[in-house]
Amino acid sequence: MRKTLLESLTHGSLTEPAPAPDGSALAELAAKVDRAAQARLGRSLAIREVDAGSCNGCELEIHALSNAFYDVERFGLRLVASPRHADVLLVTGPVTKNMREALERTYNATPDPKWVVAVGGCAIDGGIFRDSYACVGGVSETVPVDLHIKGCPPSPTDLLKGLLALLEHVGGER
Amino acid sequence: MGILDSIPHVNAVSSHRPWPRAVVTEAGWQAAIDRLVEGGLTLLGFWGEPTAVHMAMLDGGSAAIAVVTYECPAGTFPSVANRHPPALRLERTIHDLFGLVPTGADDLRPWLDHNAWGQSHPLSGRNASREVRPYQFLPAEGEALHQVAVGPVHAGIIEPGHFRFTANGEHVVRLEQRFGYTHKGIESLMQGASLEAAAKLASRTSGDSTVAYAFAFACAVEAALQIQAPRRATLLRALMAELERLANHLGDIGAICNDASFALMHAQTGILRERCLRAADVAFGHRLMMDVIMPGGVTRDIAPDGVSALRALLAELRKVFPRLIELYDNTASLQDRTVTTGIVKAEYARQFGAGGYVGRASGRDFDARRALAYMPYEALSFEVPVLQAGDVNARVWIRIREIEQSVALIEQILDQLGPGGLETALPAGTGGAAREGMALTEAFRGDVLVWLRLDGELRVERCHLRDASWFQWPLLEAAIEGNIIADFPLCNKSFNCSYSGVDL
Repeated sequence: MRKTLLESLTHGSLTEPAPAPDGSALAELAAKVDRAAQARLGRSLAIREVDAGSCNGCELEIHALSNAFYDVERFGLRLVASPRHADVLLVTGPVTKNMREALERTYNATPDPKWVVAVGGCAIDGGIFRDSYACVGGVSETVPVDLHIKGCPPSPTDLLKGLLALLEHVGGER
Repeated sequence: MGILDSIPHVNAVSSHRPWPRAVVTEAGWQAAIDRLVEGGLTLLGFWGEPTAVHMAMLDGGSAAIAVVTYECPAGTFPSVANRHPPALRLERTIHDLFGLVPTGADDLRPWLDHNAWGQSHPLSGRNASREVRPYQFLPAEGEALHQVAVGPVHAGIIEPGHFRFTANGEHVVRLEQRFGYTHKGIESLMQGASLEAAAKLASRTSGDSTVAYAFAFACAVEAALQIQAPRRATLLRALMAELERLANHLGDIGAICNDASFALMHAQTGILRERCLRAADVAFGHRLMMDVIMPGGVTRDIAPDGVSALRALLAELRKVFPRLIELYDNTASLQDRTVTTGIVKAEYARQFGAGGYVGRASGRDFDARRALAYMPYEALSFEVPVLQAGDVNARVWIRIREIEQSVALIEQILDQLGPGGLETALPAGTGGAAREGMALTEAFRGDVLVWLRLDGELRVERCHLRDASWFQWPLLEAAIEGNIIADFPLCNKSFNCSYSGVDL
C-alpha cells in the first residue's frame, strides 16, 4: 500500500485543466439566477443526483466526474447524499411515471435557492422513451429546469462544462 | 437427447431459431416445471404475449436450450412460481403487463405496476382495469423487530429502488425489494419498431451493458433471418464486449472497496476505468460504445489509432493491476469486511440459475461465452473462474480473474483482427412469414437473453429482454439475512444488479 501511496504523491497529477464553461449553457442560465442567490452561495454548490428512470448510462458518467482526471470537487462542486443538503438537483432519465412523485418530493425537500440541471437526451424530452405509456417526458414537465446538458450519455467533459457554466453564473456577478 | 424429448408437446414452431420452440398443453407445461423443480433444467427466461406465455430453459450439462409455449386464450396459465420460486418476479410482471392470470399463484401483488400509468395491463391489447390495493410488504413478526425503509431515491449516485429491511438491532431479519421505478415500457416501444429503432432501445435497457444488449439483439435478429455477421464484425463485437467487461469490473472492484471505506482502491481502479473508456472512445467513437453493434454487423470500423490505444491500455493494465490485486489481498482491514459477508448459498445460485460473478462465486460454472460458444468466442481461448465461498470476497475475486481473462481476450482479438467486411446485408423482408430468433450473450454481470419475433417487413412484432439481474436480485435478499444493515451497501455493490435492466 505504501508504494502505491508514495507513487501517487511523487508522480505528476492526472487531473486535467478545466474545460471552458459551455457558452450556450451560460446563455440559458443568464435569465434565471438572481443576485441574492449568488451572494449566498458563492462558488460552491452541493449537488444531489436523482435518477428519474435512466438506463444508468448517465449515472456512469456522473460517477466519472469524481475520478482523478476530472476531480469535480476542486471547483467547489460536491455530490451530496440528501436533497436537504443540496443546491442543485442533477436529474437523469425520461421521468418514468413510477418516479414522478419521488422526483417531486425530492425537489420539494431541496431548500431554496435551488437549481435543476437535466442531464442527457431522455431528461430533455423523454428521448427514445418519449412515447411510452410509462414515461412523463422531459424533466421540465415535472419540475422547473434551469439548465439542460445534452448527450447520450453526456461525457464527463460535457457535464463539467455545463456545471462550470452554472457555477460561473451563480458566483460570477458578485 | 433434446430438452423437448422429455416434455410432451403439441407441435414445434419451425420459424424459431436457433433453438427449438414448441407449443405444449397443460401436461407439457407441468412436465417442464417438474424438470425445473428437480433441477434438471434451469429457467432462462419467462415472458408473455397477449394470449400466450413462454419459458426458455437450459440444460446445464449439454448446454441445450428450448422454449415451451403455453397458449392461454382464456387468459390463464398454470403458475410456475408457486412451484419454482425463481419465476416469481417474472410471473408478476407477466400479470402486470398482459393481464394473464397464473392459476394457483400464491403471490399476485403487482411488481412493475405502481398504479401510476393511467392504465392497467398495458400490453394486453385491451382496456382493462385492476383493483388497486395498498402494496403489502411481507410480514416479519417478533419482539424488538423494527423496519427501515430505504429509497427509491438513494444516498449515492445509483438507480432508484426501494429496500424494506426488517431488523433486530443491527441484524437484518428480512429484506424485501420493491422495484419498477425505472419502468420505461421498453417492450411496448419495441412493438412495431424498425430494427434500427429497436436496437437503440435494446442498447438502453441497461446502459452499463449497452454492448452486451446490442450484441444479443443483433444475434437474435441474425438467428431469425438466418444470416451471419462477417468474421471481422464479430471480432469487433467481442472486442467491445470485453472492454465493457473490463471497465465495469474495474469500477465495481473500486466501488466495493469504497463501501468498505477503502478509498485508495476506488481512486486507483477509477483511473483504470477511465483509461478503458478513453481507449473505447478513441477506438469506437463513444466511451460506452453505444449503437456500434447493429443487426448484420457493426456500423463502423475500429479507428486507425484504436489498435494502438487499446495496446497501450493493455500494457498499462498489465503494469498496474497486479499491484492492486496485491493491495486487495494484503489489506487485512478490507478482508475483514468482505470475507464471510453476504454469502450466497451454492444451492440458491443453482436453483435460480444465477449468472455472472454472483453464480460463479457460488459454484455455478456457467458462462454463455463458453457454454454456447457464440461467434467469435468459439475461436478464442479463455478460462472461466469459479469459486465456492459465495461471499463478497469471492465476488471480488471472480471479477479480478475475469479482468485478467478479458485482457488476454482483447490481445487475442487484436492479433486475429484481419481485413474483412463489417456488415452482412439484411434481406428486404422475410417473404411474408414471421420469423423468431433468440440469443444469449455474456454481459459483465451475467447472461442477457433476447427473444424476438419479426414480421414480414422486418419490424419487431414482440421482443423480450431478460437481464441477468432477474435471477440475482432475489439472492441478495437471502444473502443479507443475518448480516448487519451497515454491510448492505457492501453486499449490494458486490452484486451490482441492474435496476433499469429488470424494470424495463
